[in-house]
Amino acid sequence: MTKLAQWLFGITLFLSIWLALLKDLTPIKVTDENFLWISLIPVGLIALFGIISLIIIAYRVSTFNNCDEAAKELLKEIDEAKKDLATKGFKFK
Amino acid sequence: MRNKRMSETKYSIILPTYNESENLPLIIWLIIKHMESENFEVIIVDDNSPDGTTQVALELQKIYGKEKIVVTGREKKLGLGSAYIHGMKFAKGDFVIIMDADLSHHPKFIEQFIQKQKEKNYDIVTGTRYAGDGGVHGWNIKRKAISRTANYVTQVLLRPGVSDLTGSFRLYKKRVLEKLVESCISKGYVFQMEMMVRANQFGFSVGEVPISFVDRQFGESKLGGNEIFQFLKGLLYLFSTT
Repeated sequence: MTKLAQWLFGITLFLSIWLALLKDLTPIKVTDENFLWISLIPVGLIALFGIISLIIIAYRVSTFNNCDEAAKELLKEIDEAKKDLATKGFKFK
Repeated sequence: MRNKRMSETKYSIILPTYNESENLPLIIWLIIKHMESENFEVIIVDDNSPDGTTQVALELQKIYGKEKIVVTGREKKLGLGSAYIHGMKFAKGDFVIIMDADLSHHPKFIEQFIQKQKEKNYDIVTGTRYAGDGGVHGWNIKRKAISRTANYVTQVLLRPGVSDLTGSFRLYKKRVLEKLVESCISKGYVFQMEMMVRANQFGFSVGEVPISFVDRQFGESKLGGNEIFQFLKGLLYLFSTT
């Protein structure tokens, strides 16, 4: 099953349960009070997923290592390399 | 001479190049320096670069010998996948390491890849910028945000089991790389992604080693609107076919 099929399967399953709930086909009875809440479940889940995603991404951006040491070390090694290669007879352009 | 060699396993480093005449001597020098204790060869696949990369490669071959440096190439610039296939024809090792020649991938990590591979006899070891001590240098906040977002969306949609899909600093068992290149059709960033996703599909085991990625190419030329469009297209392709 492709990832697309897995998602479609999951979404269809969810929507069927939700519609059954909404159409009063489950033991949980729909009342005037909870109707609004039940009908908002999908929107709520999407919003929740969005918020969690944003928090995760923001956290990962802020903790993305900067590797300044690695860059410095590389520059030093490039210097060494140029000197050593020159002594081995390599001509830089 | 003291026998520093831990084993006789041979590692073939494939270095696809295009206009890397300035970086090539440096990357070769770094590889030689950091691979001292291993049995290895470097296969330079240069696609007839107008800046004379092939001549530079041949000069380095004179210095370090034909055992260590193999120089080959194609008539004109072709895809990365085909560069790997071409390079593998010359590879005498059981393991192939692929990396970029622009100095963004430091050869000091290869030894860690090798140790990681031995740990659990992994089929693939990939460098990761997104886990542990891994990271990048030379990226502004916008570049980081785009990269992290793209990575997050990919993780959610494809669940590939590895943290860095678009990197191209990896070690493969030779037959594994052969099989993967055969079955991957994408280009650019997406090619690297497809390699990992298919690896997961085929049940190949993948180990990860955190790497520091030092971006020396300034500007954002590598990440324009078109790049992002190609990435999304590739993502949807993999999402709907794997």
